Amino acid sequence: MMPLLKNKNLSNLSFSFWVGSICVLFVFLLAIVSFFWTPYDVTSLEISNRFKTPSYNHFLGTDHFGRDILSMIMVGTQTSIAVAMVAVGIGILFGLPLGLIAAAKRGTFFDDLVMRFNDLIFAFPALIIAILITAVLGPGAFNAIIAIGIFNIPVFARVARGAALTQWSKEYILAAQVSGKGTILISIEHIIPNILNLLIVQATIQFSLGILAEAALSYVGLGAQPPIPSLGRMLADSQTMISIAPHMAIFPGLFIVITVLGLNLMGDGLRDYFDPKLKVSNS
Amino acid sequence: MLEYFFRRVVTLFFTLVFASIIIFVSLEIIPGDPASYMLGINAQEDTVIALKKELGLDKPKFERYLIWVKGMLIGDFGVSYTYRSPVIEMVGERLWVSLPLAIYALLLSTIIALPVGIFAAANRGKILDFSIMGFTQIGIAIPNFWFAMLLVYLFAIILRWFSAGGFAGWEDGIILGLKSLTLPAIALALPQASILARVMRSSLIDILSEDFMKTARAKGLSFKKALISHGIRNALIPVLTIIGLQFSFLMAGAIIIENVFFLPGLGRLIFQSIAQRDIIVVESVIMLLVFSVVLVTFIVDIAYVIVDPRLRSSIL
Repeated sequence: MMPLLKNKNLSNLSFSFWVGSICVLFVFLLAIVSFFWTPYDVTSLEISNRFKTPSYNHFLGTDHFGRDILSMIMVGTQTSIAVAMVAVGIGILFGLPLGLIAAAKRGTFFDDLVMRFNDLIFAFPALIIAILITAVLGPGAFNAIIAIGIFNIPVFARVARGAALTQWSKEYILAAQVSGKGTILISIEHIIPNILNLLIVQATIQFSLGILAEAALSYVGLGAQPPIPSLGRMLADSQTMISIAPHMAIFPGLFIVITVLGLNLMGDGLRDYFDPKLKVSNS
Repeated sequence: MLEYFFRRVVTLFFTLVFASIIIFVSLEIIPGDPASYMLGINAQEDTVIALKKELGLDKPKFERYLIWVKGMLIGDFGVSYTYRSPVIEMVGERLWVSLPLAIYALLLSTIIALPVGIFAAANRGKILDFSIMGFTQIGIAIPNFWFAMLLVYLFAIILRWFSAGGFAGWEDGIILGLKSLTLPAIALALPQASILARVMRSSLIDILSEDFMKTARAKGLSFKKALISHGIRNALIPVLTIIGLQFSFLMAGAIIIENVFFLPGLGRLIFQSIAQRDIIVVESVIMLLVFSVVLVTFIVDIAYVIVDPRLRSSIL
């Protein structure tokens, strides 16, 4: 078994972790189901049916084109999850190796270079640069992924480096070195499994931040383009109609909140679970 | 101390150079050249060439970068292609909306968060603490532009206490101006206040277990007195850093919120310029925003060291 689950008991997971997991599971299930089935077709317009409030036929009502809001939300969460997940993937793919190499070559010029570069990106207002990137490359889900993903790289590099440094000072690493293992092999075989818990917690946090960032970008029209439904876009559409159809604004926003809240609670729960020492001062 | 200051100034300098290169290069990536991008696909060949000359795009890239940076250093941010007016003037007008909005939101967030955080820490482990922490979790998860829309619905459309958008201007008095910034400021402040309250709480809880707090209690101070005169003062230091960092989120957040309330601020300017392909305005305004954020972070870093003597010794 992996070190991160060794000697751990699932009953030590906090109540908030389970609440968060249920929220996340619920949203993920909706997104997965929407690949195969949605109550209505999200591209079919039925103007005569517009602005319907929630009813048995349309659980969450219809929008200004008569589209079913529940169906659009289901497909929209697909977009949110996909963008945020790939953006986290980019962060890990580039950030983790950078952090690991920096830790393995600690104190060298390379280490310093990586850390200074991180500081530079951290100093940037992420959302402003994301707007710049999507404005230049053109709006769209793919460019939103790049814009959000770039800022995940230094986050994972920093976490990986910090955690890996602690591991490098331990005796079992010395033992691995004595037995003739090289730096790369040690990093992959020993360091990664032992810093995995921190990476998982960070991934959950970045995932929730990515959902919020994607919503903001598509709200200002720089995210996924129509006809692909996205939660941010739905909110932007509903804005001018909020006085006649408030349900159009309430439900997509509620889904963003459920997703982000769920991820945050999960992240907090996992952090307390992996490191009970923190729990003492935090709760 | 001086060495630290010097190091920070060098970092500040490189961050700004790096930022300007990124912004300049990104706008170079645009398919085709900026001139044809600005004129659209139906532009005549000779119009594009004329605009290229007017904008100095016929010069080599490196030279153009230097001209752009040199211009900004002396306060010349170029001339907007769409409005034919100097960018610096357009920015100046809009700064009078964006900056007060960010400061208003920062004040609101601080005024709400600190007492709430202190209250939660003092009642740690009780139902009150749990419910406050629950609320802050929700506050962090709410997208501020959605919260802004809900505020508009409740306070402008149903209750009619505020207008749904627009800016009254400062000419008719500060009160009217502030009133039109109130809903946007609340929307901006909520997530930041939630984060700040959590930081305040955990910082104070850490302090409460310190030896000097026990000494204060042993001397006969009541819990309340010890909390106020010893606890809060020491717990405020990490909180101050977060407040400084939040300025960056507030400036970026303001860009989005201005769109909800149709406020004529920097955010609206950026999006209008993007829509009108007015690259000169886009690159200069973004550079200006990055500059202000980086500068505030720098000031906070320095202030942090001045305020907390313990840090000074660890740096030197």
